[in-house]
Amino acid sequence: MSRISKEQVKHVAHLARLAVTEEEAELLTEQLDKIIGFAEELNELDTDNVEPTTHVLELKNVLREDEVRNSVSVDEAMKNAPAQKDGQFKVPNILE
Amino acid sequence: MSILDKKISELHQLLHTKELSVTDILDATFDRIHQVDGKVKAFLTLNEEYSRIKAKQLDEKLVSGADRGLLFGMPIGIKDNIVTKGIRTTCASRILENFEPIYDATVVERLNQADTITIGKLNMDEFAMGSSNENSGFHPTHNPWDLSCVPGGSSGASAASVSAGEVLFSLGSDTGGSIRQPAAFCGVVGLKPTYGLVSRYGLVAFASSLDQIGPVTRNVEDNAYLLQAIAGNDPMDSTSAKVDIPDYLASFTGDVKGLKIAVPKEYLGEGVEPGVKERIMEALKVLEGLGATWEEVSLPHSRYALATYYLLSSSEASANLSRFDGVRYGLRSDNSDNLIEMYKQSRSEGFGEEVKRRIMLGTFALSSGYYDAYYKKAQKVRTLIKEDFTNIFEKYDVIIGPTTPSASFKCGSMTKDPLTMYMNDILTIPVNLAGVPAISVPCGFSDGLPIGLQIIGKHFDESTIYRVAHAFEQATDHHKEKPKL
Repeated sequence: MSRISKEQVKHVAHLARLAVTEEEAELLTEQLDKIIGFAEELNELDTDNVEPTTHVLELKNVLREDEVRNSVSVDEAMKNAPAQKDGQFKVPNILE
Repeated sequence: MSILDKKISELHQLLHTKELSVTDILDATFDRIHQVDGKVKAFLTLNEEYSRIKAKQLDEKLVSGADRGLLFGMPIGIKDNIVTKGIRTTCASRILENFEPIYDATVVERLNQADTITIGKLNMDEFAMGSSNENSGFHPTHNPWDLSCVPGGSSGASAASVSAGEVLFSLGSDTGGSIRQPAAFCGVVGLKPTYGLVSRYGLVAFASSLDQIGPVTRNVEDNAYLLQAIAGNDPMDSTSAKVDIPDYLASFTGDVKGLKIAVPKEYLGEGVEPGVKERIMEALKVLEGLGATWEEVSLPHSRYALATYYLLSSSEASANLSRFDGVRYGLRSDNSDNLIEMYKQSRSEGFGEEVKRRIMLGTFALSSGYYDAYYKKAQKVRTLIKEDFTNIFEKYDVIIGPTTPSASFKCGSMTKDPLTMYMNDILTIPVNLAGVPAISVPCGFSDGLPIGLQIIGKHFDESTIYRVAHAFEQATDHHKEKPKL
């Protein structure tokens, strides 16, 4: 039985903001199914009483004084913008 | 002997006695690059004009007798996922083909303070996802030992450029083996420092809980020089550790008497080629001859490391790479008239196949209904893998094994099946999951291709790793072998 369907792959692609063709969706279904199948070997392990590791070091919140510091200028921030207008990032229509 | 075969300490001596100028070193570097990079194809961007100006400035400093930085006058290559102000930084991705950062990564800032010269940016697997450099969005890099073979990845060009003598040393990044595996394949020295030792500020994030920048060099001593310059707490990276940085150069005592080495049986088991095993057993004999002892141990959960790694790193990548949306920087597709379509088209046109596959896997593992079964499960197994290491380090000083299960392989031979390619990293990945440091040093050849010896240490104990690596290097001649190009 397959672990992931082509419909699911299309849904995940939408969530990931990727456009996939019908052929790509088919190939990805096959490849992801194989990788997920391989990942399911983790189920051999009993982890009921194991804490998850999010980070390997003992980290606490790193805080600092809320002081005004230098920040990037508008020109710098715009330097790599694909499209801009009046010092702002320009995007296609959001509202119809 | 060419200028570029010398160690940093030797070059500094020659600069000090004025037998050599910084410009001489830089000229030799660019001569070599122009001679061989057409074959190796390590550099994505060369910074020649700026480098020559900087060399002149440093030569003036040399004459005036002003204070010199730790790496004074040394040319360096930087992996192209580390941002350099005003120098194109692409992550070897079409999506960042024309991206010019507006700031320097902390490591680059520290290198500048140490008076290095950034001569160019090095090729890699796109966004550091890959083990062969074949996933570069521009062109593959070749292994200097055999141009029909891969240099490894993802820091393939960081290792190939150093191996080919194009540059004295370079910076790479290591998320699942991306410094050590190419160092092994190209016969050079590569260190993945303890997670948190080197700032990640300005390293374009792949998997934030695993990524670490580290040095790639010709020899162990130079490696310690480079780490010394870049290690240490950085307020700009909240995961950067607040630890005292030791004098790494003081590690080179040559003394490994009484050193306790653990050799995991999983690291010499199934899937590890005989030619690799032989070199490791010979290396252990060398260390025994120097007074160290070794015993076989077990890292019982290491066989689950690969699956754990792909779930966690892809999940983190899917979140990190969501920043590439065609709005603030990077490629924007012209083929869309609304915002969502613009995101989708830009990302699909800009990202390569492997990057899209991992974003898909990660998005799936984090998606509603699957989070507990995949992502959280992997985080729990990560705890077990980490505990394996903690247990071993209660009794032993270092863990030793091969860096990779085999030597380099032919270009194109593993690109069809992603899972086969992933197998390259089975011996390096557990180290990233546990956050411990590890080095790969040359330990001989199998069928004419270099093999790497992996030395794994305790958290923040890079000094012991360097001491062992250096003692081994001094007792052998492997690091003196050079590829014929």
